[in-house]
Amino acid sequence: MPRFEPVLLKRIDKPNSAALAGYRADGGYTALKKALAMAPDDVTNLVKDSGLRGRGGAGFSAGAKWSFLPKNHPGPIYLCVNADESEPGTFNNRILMEQDPHQLLEGIAIACHAIRSNAAYIYLRYEYGRSYRVLDAAIKECYAAGLLGENILGTGFKLDVRLHRGAGAYICGEETGLIESLEGKRAWPRIKPPYPAIEGLFRKPTIVNNVETLCCVTHILTRGVEWFKSMGVPPDPNNKRDQGSYGPKLYCISGHVNKPCCVELPLGVMARELIDVHGGGVWKGRKAKAVVPGGISMGFLSANELDTKLDFEGPGKVGCLGLGTAAVVVIDDQTSMVDVLYNCCRFMSHESCGQCTPCREGTAWMTKILERIRTGRGKLEDIDLLYEVANSMGIIPGTTICGLADGAAWPVKNAVTKFRGEFEEYIRSGRSSITPAQQLMAAH
Amino acid sequence: MAEAAKTEVIKKKAGPAHPSGDKRFKLLEVTMKRHQFRSDALIEVMHAAQELFGFLEVDLMFFIARYLKLPPSRVFGVATFYNLFSLRPKGEHTCVLCTGTACYVKGADALLDAVEKLAGIKAGETTEDGKLSLVTARCLGACGIAPAVVVDGTVKGLETPDSLVQQLKGWLPNG
Ligand SMILES: Cc1cc2nc3c(=O)[nH]c(=O)nc-3n(C[C@H](O)[C@H](O)[C@H](O)COP(=O)(O)O)c2cc1C
Ligand code: SF4
Ligand code: FES
Repeated sequence: MPRFEPVLLKRIDKPNSAALAGYRADGGYTALKKALAMAPDDVTNLVKDSGLRGRGGAGFSAGAKWSFLPKNHPGPIYLCVNADESEPGTFNNRILMEQDPHQLLEGIAIACHAIRSNAAYIYLRYEYGRSYRVLDAAIKECYAAGLLGENILGTGFKLDVRLHRGAGAYICGEETGLIESLEGKRAWPRIKPPYPAIEGLFRKPTIVNNVETLCCVTHILTRGVEWFKSMGVPPDPNNKRDQGSYGPKLYCISGHVNKPCCVELPLGVMARELIDVHGGGVWKGRKAKAVVPGGISMGFLSANELDTKLDFEGPGKVGCLGLGTAAVVVIDDQTSMVDVLYNCCRFMSHESCGQCTPCREGTAWMTKILERIRTGRGKLEDIDLLYEVANSMGIIPGTTICGLADGAAWPVKNAVTKFRGEFEEYIRSGRSSITPAQQLMAAH
Repeated sequence: MAEAAKTEVIKKKAGPAHPSGDKRFKLLEVTMKRHQFRSDALIEVMHAAQELFGFLEVDLMFFIARYLKLPPSRVFGVATFYNLFSLRPKGEHTCVLCTGTACYVKGADALLDAVEKLAGIKAGETTEDGKLSLVTARCLGACGIAPAVVVDGTVKGLETPDSLVQQLKGWLPNG
């Protein structure tokens, strides 16, 4: 197989890859020029035809989302760039922002032209200090070079890009939580509909897109739809709902592998290939017991599901929630799934915003049940109880406002079904993962 | 008299100046002015306040609420919602341990145990002498170098309990 030529990561090893001069020398901002010569709707249609699907987690068609905006709206219309990257195991947006900020800014400008917006907000998680400094400098360079501000490239197009930092909350990544946070409030997700395209930031039509999604837009403009569709997996003709998974994707590989890394490949690579070839294999000569396919919200693949294609459809075929952020976390055969699941539940319980009872209470109880199991006081019925609680929360059963609850439920559902034997054995043995001192603490 | 007149001017623009005369309030006011006292700048303003004062004292939150014309409950609500806002003073040094899943499976708990034992405090606490605060965090996006820690703002990876204890030891009396 020929080596895949990176698209999004192509420039990251260059010295000074973040500087405008180098970006322009490599042909940067010609895509914007091309886009500005086109009618906005034509740009939207081009992106729609490319089959580009959102890289932030949900995999929604980017072009379709843009076309949901009300027609002939007097404005303002906003673009929010989701740079809150918080799904455990995910770090591709950080690399894109730190190493090649102009690729993102060009994508933002193209998207704003397509959706007739003159104001974009980049919602960046506060922890990404380096991304903040790099983006801030890149935005200033753009203003100075006439690539942002009034009359961009002499076309009369006007755009302001503002960088806004969060304050440490996972839920700010949910698009309406992000909007609330941008308005200076607690990031409480809104009930949909209305969707942000109709009523978003400051109650105006708003598009929320992930960093990687917008970076792809730049290349679709330069190299065209056919080129973009030459990568990835076409739709399954037997599945009418499948829209195909086209284009390049950044996969993050972490956990128990020899070479944790972020690698760019066409969508649809097998989990096994990611681990064995790109991640250098499971560490210490061990075997993988479980693999997170796309951030912990997506659940787990078991060791005999490693030949799953990591495209938008693959993980769902083996009971996972979806591709998510394509962050692959490998868990070796010496690690207890009870402990890993506890880690996931503790996170979700801490990050639940608390608006919906099934999510707030469900995540807390699942954590408590796992705490009990981990102190050696679990009962076999706890396994079914965990499943029952998990199965009753989320958008899928229709009991919550946002998808955090589904993301909290999935690792639980997958773990207790795919690794049930291990849970039973753990409980029967009466063993405990925690030290006597911690046990004392947990008992209080 | 002149002083009083000056205060009067400020009052008209936004709210009254802070009676303590602490210059930091003035700096904060400049930040708020830059944001045109807009309520949607609340999070940015609170970051600025925390940078100036180290943490968000109740009095400080009232001050912000007054200037941005927000109910104090809104400011308190935001302060308690977000993980990075602190209502208590922080130590001179901070050690942040990632407990995200990738770090967890690579031994983050062993790091936490080691630091807790060394410093005699639990996560979320500060040593009595105010030297060190120990904080846990969600995934820092540094999973490639798990287990990741942040010591005084610098991200460090591939830590072991020993290597981490070495870095923190100097700040602790029993180290
Ligand atoms: C709990 C939760 C957290 C999320 N976190 C992120 C995130 O950190 N970054 C992101 O891009 N999308 C995140 N999303 C998905 C967004 O809601 C939204 O679908 C996405 O930003 C849309 O952009 P895209 O279509 O370009 O993917 C999250 C969703 C949920 C439910
Ligand atoms: S599902 Fe959970 S995180 Fe989402 S709005 Fe409801 S309580 Fe908040
Ligand atoms: S899990 Fe620790 S940095 Fe991602």
